Amino acid sequence: MSGVITVFKRELKSYFSTPVAYVFIVIFLILSGAFTFYLGNFYERGQADLQPFFNFHPWLYLFLVPAVSMRLWAEERKSGTIELLLTLPVTMWQAVLGKFLAAWAFIGIALVLTFPIWITVNYLGSPDNGVIFASYLGSMLMAGAFLAIGACISAATRNQVIAFILTVVVCFLLLLAGFPLVLDAFRAVAPQGVVDAVAGLSFLTHFTSISKGVIDLRDLIYFLLMIGVWLYANAVVIDLKKAA
Amino acid sequence: MPNKTVNLTMIETRQLSKRYGDLVAVDGISFKVEPGQVLGFLGPNGAGKSTTMKMLAGFLAPTSGGATVGGFDIESRPLDAKRVLGYLPEGAPSYGEMTVHEFLEFIADVRGLKGDRRYKRLDDTIARLHLERVLEQPIDTLSKGFKRRVGLAQAILHDPAVLILDEPTDGLDPNQKHEVRTLINAMSHDKTIIVSTHLLEEVHAVCTRAIIIAAGRILADATPSELEARSRYHQAVSLTAENVGAAKEALARVADVAAIEVDPQDGRITAFPKPGRAIFVAVSDALKAQGVSVRELALEPGRLDEVFRAVTQGAVGKEART
Repeated sequence: MSGVITVFKRELKSYFSTPVAYVFIVIFLILSGAFTFYLGNFYERGQADLQPFFNFHPWLYLFLVPAVSMRLWAEERKSGTIELLLTLPVTMWQAVLGKFLAAWAFIGIALVLTFPIWITVNYLGSPDNGVIFASYLGSMLMAGAFLAIGACISAATRNQVIAFILTVVVCFLLLLAGFPLVLDAFRAVAPQGVVDAVAGLSFLTHFTSISKGVIDLRDLIYFLLMIGVWLYANAVVIDLKKAA
Repeated sequence: MPNKTVNLTMIETRQLSKRYGDLVAVDGISFKVEPGQVLGFLGPNGAGKSTTMKMLAGFLAPTSGGATVGGFDIESRPLDAKRVLGYLPEGAPSYGEMTVHEFLEFIADVRGLKGDRRYKRLDDTIARLHLERVLEQPIDTLSKGFKRRVGLAQAILHDPAVLILDEPTDGLDPNQKHEVRTLINAMSHDKTIIVSTHLLEEVHAVCTRAIIIAAGRILADATPSELEARSRYHQAVSLTAENVGAAKEALARVADVAAIEVDPQDGRITAFPKPGRAIFVAVSDALKAQGVSVRELALEPGRLDEVFRAVTQGAVGKEART
């Protein structure tokens, strides 16, 4: 456990020792605000909830989370520090978890900094804060899943641009797994069971149900499983590719 | 500090091998290293030096065979092996955005250094590598020499019993090389050290033993002077004379001289002895007797670079194999 904490601390600190963290947080806050007020018609709807705010999170994450995850392992491989890290007395799992949790916490910090909008909505009316809490939780879980995917893909290449683009594509497909764009492709070649299974993988479906305030165990398990599976793949990929 | 038995083997490899598909990078390497030894790993680029070190450090898994570091098997007890070990990867990678101080604190955390020992180790390491001036600088902004020192500091911070240094002086200027070698010498009495290099002068400066590797195999395993003794130049006498012709004639009369060569560039004459003979005295007597005026006369200890070439290019590879 101490190995995880040590790696976690180093990673999180490293975000803030470069401008990356500040650029990311500022862009995230500006975009989430702009989307909420201009595209989401926050005022015009006349409802005291944060639905327009959370609705855009999947699309924000689609581009911002890969920007965080792309450097996770690609940079370690490129600079050679992966050799240093993995020859220190930490296990592969401690390294994978420590790095992932640090990136997740970093996105969490950005998410927490959106609190003015929560204050605003409470000032303007009396929203269901339970739903808002559930939405934050769902948003965080979804970010974690995006991030785990990005971490795994980042481990497969030493080129950050490639890691970014591939992550965006994979996340986009998973996001829309429940929609015709993706499902039609499967319908043509696969039996209905497979199509249903693919539809069940959709980020959007699971996120929407949590952000309605229904914290279903199945949705929680879905996101946690997603994170677990991709992190496992992450460790396997590192093991396979570290010689290269 | 754990009790150290005098003859404890700190590093042992048994038929250690690494294959990438069809490519054999390391092919059945076996050796032992004891405390107090500084083992030099020599070999051309791509010989398998780095791969062997990466396996010992626990970064790469062997395809077959095995190894122990500090008595711990690198595959079944990797964490214990890594705790005993300080490792400087090739190129001394470190986290560039961190300051030297932050980086060393991170290493101290990972190594589990606490309390008094932590302070002492940090102080001692920083002083040894003269890092005081750059402590608060991001590593990215440091010169190559300082980056290398930071890498070394990271490796020795926990005062490890075993040190594996992959090309520790590569890319350093002569002063920095000297410093690093002095450091290695200073640490060598109570540690087991493996240093890889392709600089032959380094073998003389720091190593008590040298292994020559090529194409993943051990071609020679001996002390530096034993290796030199294999050189054609071992016990040869070289000289520069005013009158090259007269000197050559005088040398030809010495019974034990097997061959005489003249360097076409600087006119330096080298007389090679018959195997196992010493000719220095006979040569200098003969020169004196013939009245040849000699500007300079030297006994050759043997040339490592020549042995290295001969061994790695297979010329004497067969008989040198140990």
